[in-house]
Amino acid sequence: MYKYDEIDQQIVDERVAQYRDQVRRYLAGELSEDEFRPLRLQNGLYIQRHAPMLRIAVPYGMLSSKQLRKLGDIAKKYDKGYGHFSTRQNLQLNWPKLEDTPDILAELATVQMHAIQTSGNCIRNITTDQFVGIAPDEVIDPRAIAEIMRQWSTFHPEFALLPRKFKIAVSGTAEDRAIVQAHDIGMEFYRDNNQQIAVRVWVGGGLGRTPILGTVIREHLEWQHALTYCEAIIRVYNLHGRRDNAYKARIKILVKALGIDEFRKQVEAEWLHLKDSPNTIAETELARVAQHFEPMPYETLPAHDSNFDAMVASNPAFSAWVKRNVHPHKTAGYRAVTLSLKPHGKAPGDITSEQMHVVADLAAQYSFGELRASHEQNLILADVKLSDLFAVWEKARAAGLATPNIGLLTDIICCPGGDFCSLANAKSIPIAEAIQLQFDNLDYLHDIGDLELNISGCMNACGHHHVGHIGILGVDKDGSEWYQVTIGGKQGNDASIGSVIGPAFSAEEMPGVVQKLIDVYIEARTEEERFIDTVRRIGVAPFKQHVYADKNQAKEGAAA
Amino acid sequence: MSNLIALQNDSANIVQDEWTLINLPAAQVEVRKQAGKIVLFKLTGEQSVTEEQIKNTVIPEKGKIIVPLRVFIARNQELAQKLAEGEVGVWLATHELLEDLTTNIADINSLPIIAIFVERFADGRIFSLGTLLRKRYHFKNELRAFGDVLRDQLFFLKRSGFNSFLIRHDRSALDAIAGLKDFSTPYQGAIDDPRPAFKRYNRGT
Ligand code: HEM
Ligand code: SF4
Repeated sequence: MYKYDEIDQQIVDERVAQYRDQVRRYLAGELSEDEFRPLRLQNGLYIQRHAPMLRIAVPYGMLSSKQLRKLGDIAKKYDKGYGHFSTRQNLQLNWPKLEDTPDILAELATVQMHAIQTSGNCIRNITTDQFVGIAPDEVIDPRAIAEIMRQWSTFHPEFALLPRKFKIAVSGTAEDRAIVQAHDIGMEFYRDNNQQIAVRVWVGGGLGRTPILGTVIREHLEWQHALTYCEAIIRVYNLHGRRDNAYKARIKILVKALGIDEFRKQVEAEWLHLKDSPNTIAETELARVAQHFEPMPYETLPAHDSNFDAMVASNPAFSAWVKRNVHPHKTAGYRAVTLSLKPHGKAPGDITSEQMHVVADLAAQYSFGELRASHEQNLILADVKLSDLFAVWEKARAAGLATPNIGLLTDIICCPGGDFCSLANAKSIPIAEAIQLQFDNLDYLHDIGDLELNISGCMNACGHHHVGHIGILGVDKDGSEWYQVTIGGKQGNDASIGSVIGPAFSAEEMPGVVQKLIDVYIEARTEEERFIDTVRRIGVAPFKQHVYADKNQAKEGAAA
Repeated sequence: MSNLIALQNDSANIVQDEWTLINLPAAQVEVRKQAGKIVLFKLTGEQSVTEEQIKNTVIPEKGKIIVPLRVFIARNQELAQKLAEGEVGVWLATHELLEDLTTNIADINSLPIIAIFVERFADGRIFSLGTLLRKRYHFKNELRAFGDVLRDQLFFLKRSGFNSFLIRHDRSALDAIAGLKDFSTPYQGAIDDPRPAFKRYNRGT
């Protein structure tokens, strides 16, 4: 993965000094609350229910063992001994003290990490597919360009104070796993007819209050122009995006208001001036950065391992884990492993300091010292030998990291919600826990099969509920907490936004509601169908009918 | 004491202001609200100056003045003499359109100064306006930021082509000056140095 040179190191070191002074001025009363807010936000610091919350950047999800150990130590020293992996591949600490945050940043800088642009109205941490570089369906490894974009967007002077936050995702696979359509800009890398690297550029996607999937603004962009084309898009947005109303300030609203054709016209006109300007990416720079992402020194291995096959055949628990948590790899004899941060009954995405050390050790011993965070809030060891899988499983299991539920109903994506977040309408973590306990039977869970369930505590949609096959949204009704349910959302190439099934439910009703949705699916599914396929085939009505049947009966009973 | 910072050949100093800023006379403004909140930002291109205000703006006979863009456009005859003598600059607010300036002046470099008013710290349009003035319109003279100008914007303003900064009156310019040096080797090319780090340095191969 990318290693800092002196220039990179100097920038994070200077950032620590700058931030330390900002905190000093704030505590001394030289900066008002309003003036400090945008400054601390650009450093990933929110002020939340209980304490500040610090969001640490994990650029495009890549971490080294050394970095994860440091994160574990920081969580222990400055927080309550755990951290939370977010849907944007970052790590959040929920309880640091404001006065400690400059020291935390200084410690992060020693392992080439920072919290730059993890919040605030600027270009945020760039995200990608967690199987980048190793997925069999990958056409282009976009990490080198993602790193070049990370550098370019870091303290970009023209885009330091945009109308609203700005999220960029990159992807280079046949099957999109980075949700490029749900980002302000999505960069989809492919090989064009001349076998050159090109980008399909999506713009104007985003979830939140007004969920909108992006539109293609340019089918074919040569990779050299990735930065200048983004500059053209963001300049039009910076000048014309709405600043009068925070709910209408994302680029998606501008694109909708102008229409994609007019927006494209303005961007292309701007780009005429920017094309070939010095920020055009040089071949040599791509080559320099790409060296950091060269394939690992893999051994030449057979595609099969008889010991592994024997273990799978004889050990059902291991076999269940292999089925869900082990993924194909470009290289023969290797697999990627997802360590589940979704044990049943615990907050999704949470990980203790001890577990961070275990994962760091596993990565060091079995996966070239690197790992990744996924937007589904799990951790990935990308390069494990088939013959090592059993040992990895045993160690992960001992640390509570081997729940065989990846891609299943209990692999819930969930925001911090009302337990931590001051914007929340309702709690989300207890709902996730209750649903996980309702479906605690693994055989049943495997029988239900692939299913994505997403929970957000309010319409800001941090839990991506709009694109969950089942989406749960916390709503406020007369000061109490309720949950609205959508079905039929999906991420990927055929992304869609879910439809609301009807009036909201109380927290106690939620596990039962999910159970009923599953019952309808089990009843109606054909052999090959996943939950989402059944919803798409039969529509929302049968689900709605079954879920609300009792309620309607109760009403009729009362009327009679 | 003056609160004006000027950049000359990379050295920043607090200097006396030789320019007088001409303000529009106050106008009746209604408070705009959205979802119960007061609207803090004007939309780009929104007309915010009345004929009345333009007419009633007092233009002094003597001295160097920076006049509001709408006054500059509407009363250009009156200002022609002073402009020729190099005593007229123009200011505009972040929601005003640069094209309104550039299409109403034969040579933008006949203005010794252009100033941009940023009403709120968080309004980053000012950075694009500076960048465009320097790069697209080749403006070479003094480019000043004024209004809610505080230490933590200065680095970005400098990189976006500004070379003078009138710090908000209740803050110390002496303290703010340090903000110009927040980072020594930025990654991306901008107005102050168009070359990105990978073109400025040999970062190895
Ligand atoms: C607890 C502190 C948090 C606060 C105050 C917060 C606030 C917000 C707000 C206000 C938005 C909507 C922005 C907009 O649409 O313009 C948003 C969106 C989002 N948040 Fe959070 N958030 C928090 C935590 C998280 C966490 C922990 C995650 C990851 C698990 C997360 C992931 C996201 C994502 C992915 C979106 C984007 C939705 C979109 O594309 O519009 N947030 N957040
Ligand atoms: S979705 Fe709402 S409740 Fe959940 S973290 Fe985001 S802002 Fe907070």
